[in-house]
Amino acid sequence: MTIQFNDETFRDDYSFYNSERAIKRFPFPFHEDNYMYSVNMEQHRGGPVDSVYEKRFDVDEHYVSEMRDRAEVLADDPLRCQSLPHMTLAGWDLLELIMVSKSEDYPDLFELHRDGDNWRWVNKPLGIDDSFVFLDETTLPYGPMEYITRQAQGDFCVLDQRDDNLWMDAGTVTTQADWSLDFDIGMNFFEWHAPVPLAHEKGIFVRALKFLLNIQQGAPARRLNWTMTVNPLLDTSPENYHKWGIQKTTVTPENIGSKQHLRVELQTFFRLPRSNALVFPIRCYLCSFQDLMTAPKWGRRLHRVIRDLPEELATYKGFIDNRPMILDYLSKFDDGLPTSDGIWPDLETEPALKT
Amino acid sequence: MSGAEKIAVQVTDIVPLNDLVTRFKFERVDGGLLPTFSGGAHTVVEMRDGEVTRLNPYSLMSDPMDQLAYTISVRRDDEGRGGSLFMHNNVKVGDEMTISYPVNLFSLDLRAKKHLFLAGGIGITPFLAQIKQLERFNGNWELHYACRTESLGSYVDELTDRHPNETHIYYDDQDDKIDLTKLLDGQPLGTHVYVCGPKGMIEWVRKTAASEGWPREAIHHEEFLAPQPGKPFEVKLAVSNKVIQVGETESLLEAIERAGIHAPYLCRGGACGQCETRVIDYTGNFIHRDHWLDDDEHANGEKIMPCVSRFEGKTLVLDR
Repeated sequence: MTIQFNDETFRDDYSFYNSERAIKRFPFPFHEDNYMYSVNMEQHRGGPVDSVYEKRFDVDEHYVSEMRDRAEVLADDPLRCQSLPHMTLAGWDLLELIMVSKSEDYPDLFELHRDGDNWRWVNKPLGIDDSFVFLDETTLPYGPMEYITRQAQGDFCVLDQRDDNLWMDAGTVTTQADWSLDFDIGMNFFEWHAPVPLAHEKGIFVRALKFLLNIQQGAPARRLNWTMTVNPLLDTSPENYHKWGIQKTTVTPENIGSKQHLRVELQTFFRLPRSNALVFPIRCYLCSFQDLMTAPKWGRRLHRVIRDLPEELATYKGFIDNRPMILDYLSKFDDGLPTSDGIWPDLETEPALKT
Repeated sequence: MSGAEKIAVQVTDIVPLNDLVTRFKFERVDGGLLPTFSGGAHTVVEMRDGEVTRLNPYSLMSDPMDQLAYTISVRRDDEGRGGSLFMHNNVKVGDEMTISYPVNLFSLDLRAKKHLFLAGGIGITPFLAQIKQLERFNGNWELHYACRTESLGSYVDELTDRHPNETHIYYDDQDDKIDLTKLLDGQPLGTHVYVCGPKGMIEWVRKTAASEGWPREAIHHEEFLAPQPGKPFEVKLAVSNKVIQVGETESLLEAIERAGIHAPYLCRGGACGQCETRVIDYTGNFIHRDHWLDDDEHANGEKIMPCVSRFEGKTLVLDR
């Protein structure tokens, strides 16, 4: 399918929008009417046609504009992309993984031509046609990880594996839910997860780490995570909190449907072959409440999940102050009817909202 | 998980190196490329020996960048349960076999300023791949390799020819010994030590390094154990409500699988921890052989690694 790329912004005038197709394929994160942490991992090997699960690295209508936004963030703050010296080989692994995956999964958009170590990479949406020598950094305009993550949607954490732990030793992070690569660089799995409430007590991280350490080549995994964002802002970083935190106070009952966004992360995990590192792509999808409400099932379910969410989680996810207003809005889309299992909108089978 | 992804391969070359060790070369049946891997990785080879299926791990020794073929070297174990004997006696060029994707439990620490390799006997194999990986990036390494005799020194000629300055060989029958204390004392800051060989050698290196004040994280080791034969025993599997018999030449894990019960595994050599199983009740003695559980866990009878460990006694009930 040929993708029509949006010309849109994720800052200032916020011209970001989702087409009808993008709304339908939005990765709604709740498979039932309530939510609690779980490791909720599954194999990442495709999924329903045109879903965000179908390809190894999903490319959608926001691609070109998201890459433009990333370039602006990096220009303002180069520390959003860092790679410790021992992670260069993992960067090449990642470059290879993304180039091979995208050229196979989207042959009309991306081409990779390899003759031994002499590679040519064609990225049509971004107008790139570069020839370089694989494993020779001097032949690329950036380090291998930065080069390829400037051309791939979502944040990328490249984790070194040693001493039975994972270490945040490289990454490109510009579309994050309020955490900082510059702060976390060099930390291990337990250190960078220290701020998360409730999950430690439930032993979630011990089990999650055990699972991640055992992810093997050829068997990637995935899960969804979520939070809320006011305005379709990709860069909700601690570094820029002074710019975006205040925007939470601009929500009113009149504008909440268009301003409040559900922010979903498709997190995937791939073992990198040459370095034995693990790459953790975190792909952010945004959808406004009013667009979500076009799926009656999602309207009913989102209301119930947000209503029953423990206070600690609403605080951690940063919408505790606006929760009453959010519930006022969402309750209008919950008629009390039961919902079908699973995350899909089931537009054909779920009943319309009773009014 | 129950093992890594599988690859259908054909045996394309078999080279006997000496009285004990034979090298096998695998290429994909479909003619495609094999995955690249990191030095230190192993593959699990499936052997269909009549009614019995054995899954044994072997270190990949070929160049990690070479996607046309993998090679492994197998040391014949005449006392073992027959896995290595099957490879030596039954496998022929042209045979089709199934191997797993590479899995690395013995990875290089790429932060190291220098990699110091200590090999004993067939323990040389993971280092052959790691050396090729480091040579590609001008890495700083040094190898100290102990063999029983000159005639059993697998790959000694190749190593001393290509890397005369980095390679140091020690023959047991000539009373050559690695002077480990002196060797460790002379290493630059930022050196990581890797040891692969018999259990005694690994313990010697770990203990010596610890007493010389080396940080634990700088000492890496790998020893794959082939499951050893032993007296047959009976096990009750509580979850699946079955009683199974573990035969003399099969492992507990193999017996569980033979009964059609799903059991997780990865390395099948006592190293990765995937098959750890909780003991519900027992009367008798465990024969723990793994590297995964610590001494306390070996003593308290609460867990067993069914890939390599056995049991002697009246009752054993497992949470499986």
